[in-house]
Amino acid sequence: MSLQQFMNDAISPWMKEDGPDSDIVMSSRIRLARNFDNIPFPILAKNEDLLKILEFIKSKYHHQTFKTYQDLEFVTMSELKPIEKRVLVEKHLISPHLAEKSQLGAVLISKSEQVSVMVNEEDHIRIQLYFPGFQLEKALDQAFAFDDWLEEEINYAFDEKRGYLTSCPTNVGTGLRASVMMHLPALALTQKLNRMIPAINQLGLVVRGIYGEGSEALGNIFQVSNQVTLGRAEKDTVDDLQSVVEKLIEQERNARELLLEQSPLQLEDRIFRSYGVLEHSRIIESKETAKCLSDVRLGIDVGFIKNISKSILNELMVLTQPGFLQQYAKEGLSPEERDKLRASLIRERLNLENG
Amino acid sequence: MDCQECHERTATLHFTKVVNGNKTEIHVCEHCAKEKGYVSYDEEAYSLHDLLSGLFNFSSPSVKQNSFVHTQGKTCEKCGMSYSDFTRIGKFGCAECYHTFEDHLNPIFRRVHSGNTTHHGKIPKRIGVDINLKKTLTGYKEKLQQLIEGEEFEEAAKVRDKIKSLEKDLSRNGGDD
Repeated sequence: MSLQQFMNDAISPWMKEDGPDSDIVMSSRIRLARNFDNIPFPILAKNEDLLKILEFIKSKYHHQTFKTYQDLEFVTMSELKPIEKRVLVEKHLISPHLAEKSQLGAVLISKSEQVSVMVNEEDHIRIQLYFPGFQLEKALDQAFAFDDWLEEEINYAFDEKRGYLTSCPTNVGTGLRASVMMHLPALALTQKLNRMIPAINQLGLVVRGIYGEGSEALGNIFQVSNQVTLGRAEKDTVDDLQSVVEKLIEQERNARELLLEQSPLQLEDRIFRSYGVLEHSRIIESKETAKCLSDVRLGIDVGFIKNISKSILNELMVLTQPGFLQQYAKEGLSPEERDKLRASLIRERLNLENG
Repeated sequence: MDCQECHERTATLHFTKVVNGNKTEIHVCEHCAKEKGYVSYDEEAYSLHDLLSGLFNFSSPSVKQNSFVHTQGKTCEKCGMSYSDFTRIGKFGCAECYHTFEDHLNPIFRRVHSGNTTHHGKIPKRIGVDINLKKTLTGYKEKLQQLIEGEEFEEAAKVRDKIKSLEKDLSRNGGDD
């Protein structure tokens, strides 16, 4: 497995399969934060300690396979160009923090890109697992198995009373962040989501934009995740999230039906305008792209648009990000050049589908 | 000993002030210490507040009073993180910090984790063998109690045997409890 593959394909192999409820839930993610016992956390560790960790992870796991997670590739941040790091961020394989702040950071990525293990981020180890659609329980099971496999070689920092010890007090205990990426255009359009968020927060869950903390909900894509990691078992946390997501799916479906019932023409108009913009524009910004892609996706889900497959939209969503465009162009691009390339890429891709 | 300022409350803080070689002893209660500016714990409370205000939404007055005592200047021996650094950065420096700053952590964790302070959930398989045994043991003991109360003595005897063998395992592993 080479780095090149991670760079070339906008869609990670695991995204090519449709998961349950994939009209609304795009992906489910489990993240576990872990640290080595006896080595200070990355913010205070000496460089030699962090280098030792890199060396250790590389020697134990580079090119290893665990279950279906084949041929783990070990990549250090220092060997990557800024654009390459950006591409990995846009594919959610690494965090912006690892790309920008962790000089001695690295990542292990499986061939399917379903597992990525960030090394020397805020914690020594952050295991991430992705599943298509709504599959939280399965993702948790697999994450546990993967965690056990790593633990065969690593002495984790663990305390009987506080659980898995992490650098930030917000992660201590289970070190678990379970999250679900959802496309909620009808709830956003009808302003219903804003009214639901306070209730969701009360359950110890948060709703935010696609790139995590503080980011905007581009293209009506929201991430719902747990906040509490101490005193609540992983299974219970995932159950809570699961039931809230089920409710959101139900509400989103209701809102879509209501829109179709009450203002079908307006909805159809909106969807086809966006489709038109994507098909014909010559310059397009990423924000407008995200909005139009969201509309077209909704158009497919409710049956107005029949000749495009959903996976193309997922692909375009990643492909039209600034990092990917530059990777595609094989050169740095100014924002104006990006907007031009973005428009032509989208046209090409949609034509391919129609042809 | 009464507080030398208000003569009402008991003096709980005792200082020795040395100015130009002249020693003065000061005995005051917490209230007066705060009022007369003998201690600067407000500083600590504020820096804690600064850090946690956004993240943890901190405003509990009880924390102010409890964290008043001497841990203010504690520094983690393992990584060199001081308590004031911890409150400023909002991150632990190493696993040992959890022990070093133990006295301050419960209120913080309660805030962040919906009132919880104790881990519930996964335990590492290999290094957590003893912890896992202990957990199972506690479970069995509770079950034994229920069985005895329900007068199911036959079942109870079986559970008792399980407990005995587990306890043997634990002592073999060097578990001290």
